[in-house]
Amino acid sequence: METILFYCFSVLALLFGFLVVANPLSRNPVASAMFLVLTILSLAGFFVLLHAFFLAAVQILVYAGAVMVLFLFVLMVLSVEEERRRRVGRFALIVGGGSVLALLAVFGAALAGGASVSGGPAIEGDAQALGKLLFSRYLLPFELVAVLVLIAVVGVVLLGKKRTQPTRPPGEISRVRDERGS
Amino acid sequence: MSVGLEHYLVVSGLLFGLGLLGVMLRRNLLVVFMSIELMLNASNLALVAFSRFNRHLDGQVMVFFVITVAAAEVAVGLALIVALCRLRLKPDVEELTTLKL
Repeated sequence: METILFYCFSVLALLFGFLVVANPLSRNPVASAMFLVLTILSLAGFFVLLHAFFLAAVQILVYAGAVMVLFLFVLMVLSVEEERRRRVGRFALIVGGGSVLALLAVFGAALAGGASVSGGPAIEGDAQALGKLLFSRYLLPFELVAVLVLIAVVGVVLLGKKRTQPTRPPGEISRVRDERGS
Repeated sequence: MSVGLEHYLVVSGLLFGLGLLGVMLRRNLLVVFMSIELMLNASNLALVAFSRFNRHLDGQVMVFFVITVAAAEVAVGLALIVALCRLRLKPDVEELTTLKL
């Protein structure tokens, strides 16, 4: 059962991931965003398979909920236009094909050789276990992440603020400085 | 044949490669951001798989931090894109060539 689910999720994740970056039907960024949502949902399925239930919930809430809504809002605010297609050069094709073959060879060797790591019974990654770890051993990184999010909020407000006119005319500051100097 | 650690690592590697492909191939800044998200998600999958098969929860805590940092990064990046559009520039990587050699 787990094996079947694993292969279902991996096919779905890879297919949707491919459609995010290189959709043959449309180059519209909205289509990419929608397929990214589907990729994230299949990754949440992987997390459930790996007994990381809390992370699956967080993945759906934060990524499929918050982050993708942010993406779609920005896509809505900006005028979206279709990307024009470009031709891929011969050098890029040769180098890219070679690296894909090398990568597949490495993966094939990894899957073929050696004993499989089965791991034994899983530890349940539910909210209680993760919360205990987060508030005991990882308390300092947790607080630092809070500071980081605060910095991000301040930065976003600063970047998104409409630039207002300075209250003084621009010449006045230098005039004040001259008066202080003299 | 049961699913082992290496199966998850292969899927994670392929997803990371797809994200890298998107960063290099696409020209729209928003799609480049989405590909970066894809790469972060691939690394998250690898971390959770390691955490499951090593029977430790530390990897999952790491993934929690990665998700938080990724959300903050997306917020700042999208604010930058909006600021670019306020300067009447298109969100296209071919337009932002000030740092090009």
